[in-house]
Amino acid sequence: MSKLLEVKDLKVSFDTYNGEVQAVRGVSFDLDKGETLAIVGESGSGKSVTSMALMKLLAGQGFIKEGQVLLEGVDLVKKSEKEMQKIRGKDISMVFQDPMTSLNPTMKIGNQIMEGLIKHQNMNRENAKKRAIELLNQVGIPQPEVRMNQYPHQFSGGMRQRVVIAIALACNPKVLIADEPTTALDVTIQAQILELMKEIQKEVDSAIIFITHDLGVVANVADKVAVMYAGKIIEMGTVDDIFYNPKHPYTWGLLGSMPTPDSTDEELYAIPGTPPNMLKPPVGDAFAPRNEFALEIDTVMEPPMFKVSDTHYAATWLLHPDAPNIEPPETVKQRMQGFANTGRKDGDK
Amino acid sequence: MTREKVLEVKDLKKHFSAGKDKVIKAVDGITFDIYKGETFGLVGESGSGKSTAGRTIIRLYDATSGEVKFNGEDVHGRKSRDQLRKFNRKMQMIFQDPHSSLNPRMTVLDIIAEGIDVHKLAKNDAERKKRVEELLEVVGLNKEHATRFPHEFSGGQRQRIGIARALAVEPEFIIADEPISALDVSIQAQVVNLLKRLQRDRGLTYLFIAHDLSMVKYISDRIGVMYMGHLVELADSDELYENPVHPYTKSLLSAIPLPDPRYERERVRIAYDPTAHDTSEEPEFREIRPNHWVRCTSKEFEQYKKELEKK
Ligand SMILES: Nc1ncnc2c1ncn2[C@@H]1O[C@H](COP(=O)(O)OP(=O)(O)OP(=O)(O)O)[C@@H](O)[C@H]1O
Ligand SMILES: Nc1ncnc2c1ncn2[C@@H]1O[C@H](COP(=O)(O)OP(=O)(O)OP(=O)(O)O)[C@@H](O)[C@H]1O
Ligand SMILES: [Mg+2]
Ligand SMILES: [Mg+2]
Repeated sequence: MSKLLEVKDLKVSFDTYNGEVQAVRGVSFDLDKGETLAIVGESGSGKSVTSMALMKLLAGQGFIKEGQVLLEGVDLVKKSEKEMQKIRGKDISMVFQDPMTSLNPTMKIGNQIMEGLIKHQNMNRENAKKRAIELLNQVGIPQPEVRMNQYPHQFSGGMRQRVVIAIALACNPKVLIADEPTTALDVTIQAQILELMKEIQKEVDSAIIFITHDLGVVANVADKVAVMYAGKIIEMGTVDDIFYNPKHPYTWGLLGSMPTPDSTDEELYAIPGTPPNMLKPPVGDAFAPRNEFALEIDTVMEPPMFKVSDTHYAATWLLHPDAPNIEPPETVKQRMQGFANTGRKDGDK
Repeated sequence: MTREKVLEVKDLKKHFSAGKDKVIKAVDGITFDIYKGETFGLVGESGSGKSTAGRTIIRLYDATSGEVKFNGEDVHGRKSRDQLRKFNRKMQMIFQDPHSSLNPRMTVLDIIAEGIDVHKLAKNDAERKKRVEELLEVVGLNKEHATRFPHEFSGGQRQRIGIARALAVEPEFIIADEPISALDVSIQAQVVNLLKRLQRDRGLTYLFIAHDLSMVKYISDRIGVMYMGHLVELADSDELYENPVHPYTKSLLSAIPLPDPRYERERVRIAYDPTAHDTSEEPEFREIRPNHWVRCTSKEFEQYKKELEKK
């Protein structure tokens, strides 16, 4: 029982007037202390819902249908709301995708940061204030004393996001879930925040779950990567497995969509088609209708997770021993050689 | 070659008060032009005033001082209702946050038709509906989507609804404030391809605010870099990437994360030290090469010039 966090076959649905939306359809992964898992994947694939389920913060008609979330061996799915309140913000904390929804618009920024410190760390107001200013400073907010007394709408988009990060880091959580924490930030402040997260991670040996669309950020922070599509993890591996040896055609499409530093006028590659309807998840491989490499079996039967190596798994029939030998598209193959080298001119010493 | 200027921004300032005696100089004197049919990218530090600049240009905020001319006409001068309405139609904005910029209680049809109604662009309900359906198609959605509500769409689809809404009034100029940040890469590619196609077909002009520098470079003809309320550098996108001059621009370019773990493990970032500048005089915006501008003192100007020549 050495794992810090184990998620086993997690299924999450929403009851809506149109029926049951099966947002997460059996997700499993584990995480050691000090490890960072990045979750990438299509918009609507269930990344945020997965992380909300770990915190037991599902909105509206959402519910955990099946599965376990073991934190140091204890199943959070079985915990009461009252018990969860003691765990949230302390053992597990979360940076939400939309900073505006997690900040109280009528409360001063300073008080919002101090709240958790007073509640979970038993600090008095004076110490909490000192620590809050220090945290604002760490996330790169200039004039923190002045900013403490302002309200969220007086901050820029990226500054709000940094406040949310400061709040999440305040209590040195065992598990930090960060949902798109740096999307609204410029790259220099992003780099600064990523370094800060790594530093705190080293200090307290916390595990990080990092959800992002930015594959550059994934390459920078992740030890492991999970690629999600239609409520499932369809490929999982070390960061090197996923970037240098991707096996699932959806992962190929993702890597192929990024402009390289010297992309010119040609159209960017975009995965054709639209995401599946989670009210009626497709039979067979959910990605098949959009997959130019789809095999006949894909429309009938869902592929299991095939093992590529001890660290690397992917759910595609292309990995079946009887499947035809299909190579990733040329552009993706080039990128697998090392994206940084594709047409970089000078400027990189 | 003289190109037609769509937008002229001169020494534009927007200050906010933050409690007594405290002023936040969100935009503190920026000057640039945007030409017809081009995409002008605006990048820079978070909090440097990009959104405020966009919002002041489109008159969501009153300027503290300075001038904005659109097609040669002063935007911030006194205007009749009619003139304002005409102006509002020609200039449109796509907002940073697709989640909160669409009214959750309105159907997609009504959201997109809002501008059509305000500007009375449709003679009757049937024409109104037809226009909306055409717009849905333009942005890669379909007519069935018209009766649905925003929460029934994914982030990328919602962003395309925002684009359809902006296009509904047939604008000439669109300010897009981080239109793609919240989208996954494949949908980003879709939206960017769409914006480019519309530009080709309709001769649109864009002010494109974003953080993803690879995408900004891909989409923009020229790029302006903002830092603390000022434009610190402005050049053609290739020139800016190949010959960055201002130390903040250099730092920004050195920090672009690339999807290449080996590269990321060894990356060396150039840190920017804002206190390392020459302070013997107020910096000015100076042209260091044709169409390449940088904010600096005369001493720094000489030094930057030498560095450029050495290249
Ligand atoms: N409150 C809700 N009611 C009904 N369906 C919901 C609700 N919240 C989420 N969903 C659905 O659950 C699925 C997964 O959504 P989720 O927010 O996890 O996507 P995501 O992977 O985080 O996408 P993005 O990258 O756009 O943030 C989507 O199909 C979404 O429509
Ligand atoms: N309504 C407001 N009232 C007071 N201050 C404001 C207001 N809007 C913005 N500011 C301040 O103006 C400055 C610039 O903000 P702005 O939103 O323009 O930045 P930005 O460059 O768009 O940043 P980001 O990349 O984070 O979105 C910030 O210091 C912000 O706190
Ligand atoms: Mg999400
Ligand atoms: Mg902004």
